[in-house]
Amino acid sequence: MILKTKGNPYDVTVPIIGRVTRIPENQDYEIFITENHFSKSWFKHRAVLTTVRLVSPLEVPIIHSIKNLDHLNEGDIVILNTDGVINTIYRTDSLHNFLLFTERCNSNCLMCSQPPKDRDDTDYFFNQYTQAIPLIPKDCFEIGITGGEPTLLGQRFLKLLKQLKEELPETELHCLTNGRSFAWENAAQKVGEIDNKRLMLAIPLYADVYHIHDYIVQAKDAFNQTIQGIYNLAKYGQRIEIRIVLHKQTIPRLAKLAKFIYKNMPFVEHVAFMALEHEGYTSFNIDKLWIDPFHYQEELNEAVTYLSDLGMNVSIYNAQLCTLPENLWRYSRKSISDWKNIYFDECTKCALLDYCGGMFASGTKKHSEFIKAIKLDQV
Amino acid sequence: MVSVIEKKNRKFRDTTYYQNEASGYFLLPFRFQKINATKEILVNEVGDFLMVPIGTAEKIILKKISRTNDEELYFDLISSFFISEEPIPILLPVLEARYRTKKSFLDYFTALHIFVISLRCEHTCHYCQVSRVTENKDKFDMSLYHIDEGIKIMMQSPNPHVTMEFQGGEALLAFNSIEYAVLRAEKEALLHKKQITFVICTNLAPLTDDMLPFIKEHNILVSSSLDGPVFIHNQNRHRPQRNSYEVTIAGINKCREILGENSISALLTTTNLSLDYPNEIVDEYVQQGFRNIFLRPISPYGFAAYNEKKNKYQTERFLVFYKAAFDKIINYNKKGYYIREDYATIILKKILTSFPVGYVDLQSPAGMINNVIVFNYDGKIYASDEARMLAEMKDFTFQLGTLGKSTYNEIFYGKKAMEIAENWTNESLAGCSECAFQPYCGADPVLNHATQGNMHGYRPTNVFCQKNMEIIRYLFDLMEDKAIEKIFRSWITGHSQ
Repeated sequence: MILKTKGNPYDVTVPIIGRVTRIPENQDYEIFITENHFSKSWFKHRAVLTTVRLVSPLEVPIIHSIKNLDHLNEGDIVILNTDGVINTIYRTDSLHNFLLFTERCNSNCLMCSQPPKDRDDTDYFFNQYTQAIPLIPKDCFEIGITGGEPTLLGQRFLKLLKQLKEELPETELHCLTNGRSFAWENAAQKVGEIDNKRLMLAIPLYADVYHIHDYIVQAKDAFNQTIQGIYNLAKYGQRIEIRIVLHKQTIPRLAKLAKFIYKNMPFVEHVAFMALEHEGYTSFNIDKLWIDPFHYQEELNEAVTYLSDLGMNVSIYNAQLCTLPENLWRYSRKSISDWKNIYFDECTKCALLDYCGGMFASGTKKHSEFIKAIKLDQV
Repeated sequence: MVSVIEKKNRKFRDTTYYQNEASGYFLLPFRFQKINATKEILVNEVGDFLMVPIGTAEKIILKKISRTNDEELYFDLISSFFISEEPIPILLPVLEARYRTKKSFLDYFTALHIFVISLRCEHTCHYCQVSRVTENKDKFDMSLYHIDEGIKIMMQSPNPHVTMEFQGGEALLAFNSIEYAVLRAEKEALLHKKQITFVICTNLAPLTDDMLPFIKEHNILVSSSLDGPVFIHNQNRHRPQRNSYEVTIAGINKCREILGENSISALLTTTNLSLDYPNEIVDEYVQQGFRNIFLRPISPYGFAAYNEKKNKYQTERFLVFYKAAFDKIINYNKKGYYIREDYATIILKKILTSFPVGYVDLQSPAGMINNVIVFNYDGKIYASDEARMLAEMKDFTFQLGTLGKSTYNEIFYGKKAMEIAENWTNESLAGCSECAFQPYCGADPVLNHATQGNMHGYRPTNVFCQKNMEIIRYLFDLMEDKAIEKIFRSWITGHSQ
């Protein structure tokens, strides 16, 4: 899946955000995609994208000589950067759209799939999204908010949340945050005041004791801040999901973590157990993280059934059914975003292919030794 | 762009960097208790527990647990709030919230309002101290005036959701009064913005077809009694025709058919006869399709009040019966038939969840007044159902006032209520204050008074204590078996696995 492409810019002096169209009459859409050299109708759009090579500016911002624009569909929202890079912000034909609020982060998790960057990108992204959010189709079912750590935008984080509620009142918002910012009660209170019932804050919690969690997220006091954050959010009526990534550091106390969650936070709406993704830092830290999923099923089973028995809503993400015991199949979700979801050749022989979440594309680097097609008579 | 992995401030540090410096630990409040030959239990203020080898509590208290030598236990203790590395744990607000939650059954005050609508009954059960076989409605039925006054008091409860329960005698003998009371209460509830749940406690014998439409229309729950198979039930529950069992079963089936499965429940009264037949009683409940059974202890109010030896013996016999029946119940669950024991379920909810459990006979502060109030047929007001039983034996210690005469404040905050309140929190009762099972147990000043002569009670010979200590210990002992723990979880949530 292509989310980024590049061409040569003319007159792109500031980043331009808009919806793309190939239909000249569709002047409501800001950015026109064409294979022609020139047309008067270009001036009715804010910018033009073309695969054709142009040799001079035409009084309208243009990015030309783009290798391929086939990945862009009618209505997709893109940002044209001054250097000719075109990033896709929103895809109309996908259920996995997310808004990356910042690449900065106050944690540094061992298995971060999108390692943080320390430059201040908050102005850039804030401007991008204040312009993009009104363009998102009103019938968008769900949208993710991710980072980095989105709350690091501070006041602007709240402004974007407000804007999302106003522009997309029917859209489910799923915000990935480490929750630490909400240890400051007023931060939680302000999110509470926005009062968006469709907002779910998905917060990772990796252990029932501070030092393991702090080690995994590579930040002192993170555990206490996250717990306080969850409590503060609950106090202001926010919906909370807990996310647990499964690896060598989280497995030994996994059942105890499940108990800790149920005893101390029975109010959380969803608990997701997530298999490791081989992106970002994970490869670098693989010796500290890797256990073949096949070998942690006992721990996972105990944690999942404990929570589920007690009426909690539990899911397993990123797991292949052939690595899970049968009684856990019903918790497994097809969770991997379409643009990075793959299946192996072996999988094509599997009777459960349609029900299986499959693999991260990065799973080709390292995956369970126990991937095996399941035959119908085994089920 | 600089790769962040190589940036100095994003260098990965190892796990020791994230541990506090080892400088000993501080104790948080907890209690402990031996469970069996090898295990003891630690329980903290919010009811979280750890089963540990015997001798562990001593080691913890003597600060002999170390992070390096007992790593797993050490962090179990930190995680479950038994010890802390700071004098005041950073996550104290979590404990505070959990404590508030556990006690939140107090938030709304009295919910259950029992109206003894008639003392008349057509049964002559030998264990019943209160009912009368008589046609004298004027003397033994609650007057309309007292019904009105009772509803007025009920409407003054701060609780937005109240329960109006009709008891007897045999409540259905005064069905006209029930109809009057329900209609009246519904009207008042509209004015006072209250939700009401109605319950009729009945042996079902006087149930006739023309009562059912009214019961259905007003969503009234029917609570009946089933003491076991025919030979136990009919022996316990005397009726001239000797057919109590038959009419009860017919009534239960009729209620299920007309009102729906969930509108009818049955309670078990254990008598001396029942104690010999735990298996037969459980089988009977299963045969009748029940998914729950409440193994209630014999009421001590029939005993010679201060006969300690006899009381202790009776409680021991009950516990033998309880365990035998419980074993049978567990076996049914293991075989795939979901049936829960209600008394254990109440205790297990307290043990395994963070939620409040407001069960009148097993809470601290006690359920009397806080959760329940009883309006007797003659207009007298009592602190609990047992309190009015005592009154029938001419002991009026727990009489709080009279309908139509006493004000709300006089009843609920009067001198009598204050006196009872001195003795209704087990946190402040000698023998309870240091007990590991305190968060799972309750206080029962009425029973203390009836069996030991004062509301405070004396724990070493107290039957309430004897019974609950053993049942709670027994539940923990059983839970060592993971398959049983799983069954217990299904009881708590109410859905089978």
